[in-house]
Amino acid sequence: MADHASLADRAYSPGAVPGARAGLFSDHDPRVRLAVALVGCVAAVALQSLGALASALAIALLALAASRPDLRRLRGRLLSLEGFMIMVLVTLPFTVPATAPDGILLQVGPFTASGDGLRRAFVILLKANIVVLLLAALIGGLEATQFGRALAGLGLPGRLVTLLLMTVRYMEVLQRDYARLRRSMRVRGFRARADRHSLRSVGYLIGMLLVRSFDRSERILDAMRCRGFNGTFRHDPLDAAGGRDAVLALAAAIAVVACVAVEVAVR
Amino acid sequence: MSGEPLIGLSGVRVARDHGRIVLDGIDLAVRPGERVGLVGPNGAGKSTLLHVIVGLLPVAAGQVAAFGRPCRTEREFAAVRRRVGLLFQDSDDQLFCPTVAEDIAFGPLNLGVGRAEAAAVVTRTLARVGLAGFEHRITYRLSGGEKRLVALATVLAMDPAVLLLDEPTTGLDQEAEERMLALLLSLDQAMVVVSHEPRVIDRLATRVVHLDRDGLKAA
Ligand SMILES: Nc1ncnc2c1ncn2[C@@H]1O[C@H](COP(=O)(O)OP(=O)(O)OP(=O)(O)O)[C@@H](O)[C@H]1O
Ligand SMILES: [Mg+2]
Repeated sequence: MADHASLADRAYSPGAVPGARAGLFSDHDPRVRLAVALVGCVAAVALQSLGALASALAIALLALAASRPDLRRLRGRLLSLEGFMIMVLVTLPFTVPATAPDGILLQVGPFTASGDGLRRAFVILLKANIVVLLLAALIGGLEATQFGRALAGLGLPGRLVTLLLMTVRYMEVLQRDYARLRRSMRVRGFRARADRHSLRSVGYLIGMLLVRSFDRSERILDAMRCRGFNGTFRHDPLDAAGGRDAVLALAAAIAVVACVAVEVAVR
Repeated sequence: MSGEPLIGLSGVRVARDHGRIVLDGIDLAVRPGERVGLVGPNGAGKSTLLHVIVGLLPVAAGQVAAFGRPCRTEREFAAVRRRVGLLFQDSDDQLFCPTVAEDIAFGPLNLGVGRAEAAAVVTRTLARVGLAGFEHRITYRLSGGEKRLVALATVLAMDPAVLLLDEPTTGLDQEAEERMLALLLSLDQAMVVVSHEPRVIDRLATRVVHLDRDGLKAA
């Protein structure tokens, strides 16, 4: 039986997902990780001073390093965020008017870039990065089922958790269906052009995708009912949070208080 | 074969597609220890018949009974589904969890088995279908034949009293088919097996029924 127990651990602990290496947080209670991430994000969004935000960023980076993230996935996530952030950095200085006459940084024809705008862009940049880094550190390595258990454990209604988990799962199925249909069009020589035939074919593609997804969802629900599903996923209650979870919560509380202290001090 | 039927259909009529009758006047009894081979042309309604037995499709007339009790309501059928395992014709309809382990554990967990025990069931069942070590494989990246075996594992994991198998060996290579047949022959559960392959029916079935437009006949 000891054999079985260790197998259960391997099969269901988030640290055992292939590809996800054990980091500092992988043995913590997923509820605590989720709660700490949420509190951290709310705090980061509430901060206003650059000093406090810089401290928060440093803490988020530390947490991330400790969590030993999958660097390839992280890079993908960060790249899409930073692309958007560059837009903000470029446009915001031009759209926020300078409050003082000497607040103008740059003049390009009729457009003026203000120091206030640049500052605001930096604040947004920092906040967004802190939130993404914190989430990547604390819940990035959570397996979908663990995430579901954590949400349920924090009191989210079971139906909502089920909906969320199924959405995550079926985005992929939908995408695969789309790819498959596209491929079957392509092997028969279809190339999208701006003509009626193309429009009609793409219309069929989208229609087919919707109808098939709907049908498939019904069949899958049938299959789930055949295996005793009654509307919500059955989650074993999680073990009570342990000592290491208390340490994590305490550390998070200290970090939040420290950042708020910096905020108050520089104000 | 003797004994009270585990599954009994009498005078069953089923309409699909807005009233088009696909099954009518169907009588069938599945008794303990029996392996009923269900054969018939494409579109005859074999899959439909299996779905009716577990209440996924309603009957327009007639009666479905399981374990000696007539079944009408969703509640009654829900209880039936815990003891009657259906292997779907299309494995993609059956597998929906990200990993093989989670998919196989889904049924046992619904039956109230604990996580540790469910994990043990996963290992044991995978070994039985010859896929030991597949726990962490991603279900939608399996080959067609592997999906078939995992789908069977999800059904066996619930330890049903009756198996309804819709073309269990479709897409399997020789060796996997042989293993599947040996496995099915080693089970003592009653089963209904749909197949288009005479070889499979010959090996498995203790009796064969033929379904076509005129209904169900002994063959
Ligand atoms: N989802 C559906 N909606 C409406 N009608 C359907 C649906 N699925 C099947 N049918 C119809 O029901 C009839 C019986 O189909 P069924 O799938 O039971 O046949 P089958 O005997 O299993 O065939 P096959 O050997 O090809 O699997 C067919 O005429 C089919 O067109
Ligand atoms: Mg069929």
